Amino acid sequence: MSDNVIEVREVQKRYGTFTAVDGISFDVKRGELFGLLGPNGAGKTSTIRMIYGFSPLSGGSLRVFGHDITTGWRDVRARLGVCHQEDSLDEEMSVRDNLEIFAGFFGIPRAVARDRANRLLEFFGLENREKASVRELSGGMMRRLAIARALINEPDLLILDEPTTGLDPQTRHQLWEKLARLKNQGVTIILTTHYMEEAAQLCDRLIIVDHGKILVEGRPRDLVAQFVGKQIIESSPVCEGLRRFVTERGLEHEDLGHRMLIYCKDDENIYHEITKTYCQDNCILRMGTLEDVFLKLTGRELRE
Amino acid sequence: MSQSAPQLSWRLLRVWRRDWLVTRKSWLIGFMTPLLEPILYITSLGFGFRILIPEIQYEGHTLTYVVFMAPAIIATNIMYTAFMENSFSSFVRMYYQKTYDAIRATPLSVDEIIAGEIMWGATKSLMAATIMATVLSLFGLVRYPTGLGLLPLAFLGGLLFGAIGMLFTAFVKSIDMFNLPIFLLITPMYLFSGTFFPLENLPNWAQSVAWALPLTHLVSLARNLCLGTVSWMNVLVSGGYLLAATMLLVPLALRLMRRRLIQ
Repeated sequence: MSDNVIEVREVQKRYGTFTAVDGISFDVKRGELFGLLGPNGAGKTSTIRMIYGFSPLSGGSLRVFGHDITTGWRDVRARLGVCHQEDSLDEEMSVRDNLEIFAGFFGIPRAVARDRANRLLEFFGLENREKASVRELSGGMMRRLAIARALINEPDLLILDEPTTGLDPQTRHQLWEKLARLKNQGVTIILTTHYMEEAAQLCDRLIIVDHGKILVEGRPRDLVAQFVGKQIIESSPVCEGLRRFVTERGLEHEDLGHRMLIYCKDDENIYHEITKTYCQDNCILRMGTLEDVFLKLTGRELRE
Repeated sequence: MSQSAPQLSWRLLRVWRRDWLVTRKSWLIGFMTPLLEPILYITSLGFGFRILIPEIQYEGHTLTYVVFMAPAIIATNIMYTAFMENSFSSFVRMYYQKTYDAIRATPLSVDEIIAGEIMWGATKSLMAATIMATVLSLFGLVRYPTGLGLLPLAFLGGLLFGAIGMLFTAFVKSIDMFNLPIFLLITPMYLFSGTFFPLENLPNWAQSVAWALPLTHLVSLARNLCLGTVSWMNVLVSGGYLLAATMLLVPLALRLMRRRLIQ
């Protein structure tokens, strides 16, 4: 058997005349934390849904754990966990009941379920709230519980659709740490997110999709180096002299009117030259980030 | 996943179990309604109509109004319990709580989820009918052993009216839209299915319409089981009707829900 947990080949998803996913192919390797990035409506959730057999494919083929998802979806789902974008917990039930009842769908014996619930409650710091009803939980606790529930069948693959959206920074960082620990335990994780910092920190590899197609695939650091360089000069406001300088020197840049990004491709001398001659106070030299890559590739106009 | 043949297995019991465990949390409400409802009906209609309607003619028998009406309370409750469960409650689970979405990340098919839900609705009808029959027995309004037939009847009727509820769940865009089938279908059945007066009081054409409706057959069987006057003909015709309608509408409900959910 190959080392790939997920193999996506020329997969398409159409809703009526609208094409949400337009022939994408990628692999996710065992033990990897794989990111699926893209603006709203890019086709991330559609892709995720096809991976666990929630949505049928309109074209192409998709294998998970070596099973064709269209025919082997039961075997696949027995070995994966999904945390949805929208909370789908049983609100009137307690924290513990949510875990144990969900275990029932996998046919996990009650004693085993209780045991696993104990461990998950502890892992996610919910052991003191096990009797609380979901309605009483904070947003962060609910999300932790949703991820705990996705782990009740001890999955080999964990699918997280925007797990940190709407969480405060503390909760988010804590979740990152949990995900890193799960990865160390050998769980393959596929994640969608709008937080580029999150993707850069967590993901071994990622793809950026837009309009149903893959724009790039690679390691976060490699993508930054390739598309924006390690360092970026940012100037705000922009003086006319700088505009002329950049054009004359043929430097790769983005002019946003009130702000200018200059991709200096590791040439620090350019920064010294600029600050000396043009704008001492308005210029900063900063690290290139995944967010720069993302915006450069997917554009800056609003979506939806 | 979207094949036209239903994908069913015993796993549907896991959905049934989930609904049971969640409902158990608020068992008192579930228990009180079928306990008090027959008492309310008997005292209000029984005492209220006692002077207006001293006795009633039903299929050659002379009955007091309470004896005539009591079995219909069970039958209409079977209808309401399953219909409400698989319309409003199922819609809440599907649309607001995203329970179905969550279960669809486990090795269960959409068919199993919906079949489990319908079976749960029928179970609720069965439980309510059991409690109501017990209460009515204390008033001497149920004859045995035929009265025991109410239990399988409640489950069958529950499956049928649950499937009808689920058919609407497959179509409605918002929860308020359930008021439409209640107003156009459930309430007319409640009033015109031989529940509060014998069908013979209606003009012939209206009787024919009434016999086309499922509640009429449910009421007829419930009444004859309670009175101990049930005949094989009765079981064959009305039981056959309910069984055939169930076998038609449950697969239809599964199919339409598959169309709604699998996209």
